[in-house]
Amino acid sequence: MAEYKRPANEQEFKENFKQKKPLMNDTQAYYESSRCLFCYDAPCMDACPTGIDIPLFIKQINSGNPEGAAKTIYDSNWMGNACGTICPTGVLCEGACVYNNQDVAPLLIGRLQNYATSQVIESGKQLYTPGRDNGKSVAIIGAGPAGIACACELRLLGYTVDIFEAKALPSGLTVHGIAPYKITNEEVLAEMEYLQNQLGYNIKYNSPISSKEQLAELEANYSAIFIGVGLGGTATLGMTGEDLDGVVGAVEFIEELRLKHSDVKIPNRVVVIGGGNTAMDAASGSARLGADEVTLAYRRDKSGMGAYSFEYELAVGAGVRGLFNASPLEIVGNGKVEGVKFIKTESTDGKLNTIPGSEFTVPCEMVIKATGQAKQGPFYSLIEGLEIDKKTRIVVNPDTNQSTNPKYFAGGDAINGGAEVVNAAYDGKLAANGIHEWINK
Amino acid sequence: MADLSVNFAGIKAPNPFWLASAPPTNSGYQIMKAFEAGWGGAVWKTLGMPTINVSSRYGAVNYGDRRMAGFSNIELISDRPLEDNLREMLEVKKHFPDHAVIASLMVDTRAEWIDIIKQVEDAGADGIELNFGCPHGMCERGMGSAVGQEPEVLKTIVEWVMDAANIPVITKLSPNISHITDPGLAAVQGKTDAISLINTVKSIVGVDLDTYAPYPVVDGKGSNGGYCGPAVKPIALHMLKDLAQHPDIMGTPISGIGGIETWRDVVEFILLGATSVQVCTAVMHYGFGIVREMEAGLLKFMADKGYNTIYDFAGKALPNVTQWKHLNLKSEVKAKINEDKCVGCDLCYIACDDGAHQAIALPKDGSRIPSIIEENCVGCNLCSLVCPVEDCITMEKFDDGTQHETWDELTQSDRIPNAWNDDRAGGKGHYVPEPIEALKTKRADKSGWKK
Repeated sequence: MAEYKRPANEQEFKENFKQKKPLMNDTQAYYESSRCLFCYDAPCMDACPTGIDIPLFIKQINSGNPEGAAKTIYDSNWMGNACGTICPTGVLCEGACVYNNQDVAPLLIGRLQNYATSQVIESGKQLYTPGRDNGKSVAIIGAGPAGIACACELRLLGYTVDIFEAKALPSGLTVHGIAPYKITNEEVLAEMEYLQNQLGYNIKYNSPISSKEQLAELEANYSAIFIGVGLGGTATLGMTGEDLDGVVGAVEFIEELRLKHSDVKIPNRVVVIGGGNTAMDAASGSARLGADEVTLAYRRDKSGMGAYSFEYELAVGAGVRGLFNASPLEIVGNGKVEGVKFIKTESTDGKLNTIPGSEFTVPCEMVIKATGQAKQGPFYSLIEGLEIDKKTRIVVNPDTNQSTNPKYFAGGDAINGGAEVVNAAYDGKLAANGIHEWINK
Repeated sequence: MADLSVNFAGIKAPNPFWLASAPPTNSGYQIMKAFEAGWGGAVWKTLGMPTINVSSRYGAVNYGDRRMAGFSNIELISDRPLEDNLREMLEVKKHFPDHAVIASLMVDTRAEWIDIIKQVEDAGADGIELNFGCPHGMCERGMGSAVGQEPEVLKTIVEWVMDAANIPVITKLSPNISHITDPGLAAVQGKTDAISLINTVKSIVGVDLDTYAPYPVVDGKGSNGGYCGPAVKPIALHMLKDLAQHPDIMGTPISGIGGIETWRDVVEFILLGATSVQVCTAVMHYGFGIVREMEAGLLKFMADKGYNTIYDFAGKALPNVTQWKHLNLKSEVKAKINEDKCVGCDLCYIACDDGAHQAIALPKDGSRIPSIIEENCVGCNLCSLVCPVEDCITMEKFDDGTQHETWDELTQSDRIPNAWNDDRAGGKGHYVPEPIEALKTKRADKSGWKK
């Protein structure tokens, strides 16, 4: 029995995809901010990949200065509002809160962060002005979190910035790849607009960079180039039946979900293959769209999943059934998907073995593959002298995010293989400073 | 179960929990409601001459998530017709003959005092309280704290009152003076039956940052208010002690007032010599029901300690409040951190390093459980005060209890030190870091972005 009714309109969609971290009201923020201890050398700050001065911004909220709090947040993290909502705060800042050590609930840092940033976004308060034009230009490939952060920082330093974005919207996975109950499109895009209005970088949408000629042009016209291209679409499994009607990639499924909402049609039975956070988002999303049976199939046991446990709990809460130690053999069907054939597995001495004769089929009308994203190797090969590691990540100097081709800098999933928005925001900022240092040396 | 009843200078009440003369005692309705809720007595909102009040009267100091840690008002004495108050007083006494109803009074001339005393006695008041404390409005007209600040005037009026009154008289004192014993002594010399204190403290609780007017704002302006609530309790306790220890005042019953909200507050006031307590702000904040917590807590305290009446422990802390010069200089405590309870907020570290004596160290390995540098710990308590965890930092006795030496003894025996050799400040083992060390400490404010 499905937990959720199929959403027929936007209102019902919003109910099914109710925000996990709703905006705090003034009273909530006042009482919550009062709880902060203002720890010395606070662990929450250390746990934040962008090092936001969390005790300071919480104190600012408590003293009636949310605008100042927003400035404190953006000084460290250009994706301040989005991160407050979508960061896995339980394993970052909130997980580090000292209250945890006495079994007292940690500060709701993410939601306090949103409380502050949403106010300046709504009012349009100008917190930053671009630096004096230094006559130099930088090109950014990809308007994701890394690219946007890099652009904001470069604008402060006086650079002209042109971002080339393949899609029609900014913020990358923030708007395309994160489950809708974590953040709304409106919220993401409002922050994007807020930043661009203040800092004035240019974004050229629907402008993929995919050829040597284009790169040569960028190299000729810009002092430096930042690569923030993220990862590609869902990788192929190389499995029989993958081309059947009804087989989709998780990345593509979530993007459709983010952009089309209740117009996305979901059949009754869905099988999601994978054990990462994207698999959880896809499974949870399917259930919230009203699918009767959503099976999350993972080839190892529960503890082996890459997803955060709270993400799995969230999916289970939405009605998803976990199927563990089940390795997919093939997707069966005739033109259309009819099921997934699995074989049971077991781990012995850390090695995963299939159990002969244990094959079984889970019938379904849709298969979502959440088994990783394709790498951007073909694109990287267009850039001369760009060193790539074994996992197809661009090799960079960790202090500057400069690649082995000195004109190119990089950040986000392109260098870490797939991490959080907050990591990308940090990378972009670091790269901007790296670019500035390199150009001025 | 203990007997909470009191006989306060002849005023009898079922318990020592009284309402102070203030907005909660503005009407018979409120006082009857309070008695129903468990209050043993009430001092009626001050009666006197006709007044006109302003709109916007109260202001507050909030602290963290707590509202009204301090409270201020610019309200005057009762603005309700005297005859209404007197009629209601009669009715309250009819319903509650065993509860204490005390009429707070404030008038000007001797004739007015004689007249109003007669009226409240006729209305059945069990006692009179003289309002010599109000620090706003009425004092500009020569009453309230204007009297409380002039011991000679105060004594004269007390004498008038004692001459006219047939019921017990309590003189309520203002804290807005240098030495509370001056008006206290004047009241006793005027033959008052009892004293109550403190009235409110002259204050400005805040300023509006847009209009630049002090709170509470009346049409763009403000006036000094009378400050009360939990924030003033320490001032009240100290003044209570000063009176209760004074050889010419001790023995005069004292009703304690000032920030009382919980049973602990009540016990502390009694331990320092009060034999009834008066409450206002806590009721204005939480309503009359707050008395239930006071009563339950007081009864438990008395049961635990084996006391039958509050007189069994009234004033019991007074012998322990002494002058600084009589404190034992050889006594030594040092902080101890319970590592199992420590959450690693490191507030003790930074409080000690920045605000005290550089006696707490952080581990060099980056972990967060601090440790006490015993040779530098002067036993100041600061770390234990800032620690957010219950019983995590305790102050442990370090001396063996065999030595005793006070500044007074040093003075008496002509041994006052003529050099700086306090062991706790640069003496044996204790060190103060060189100024340059300040520039080598890890910065707490990483100024936002870390690279």
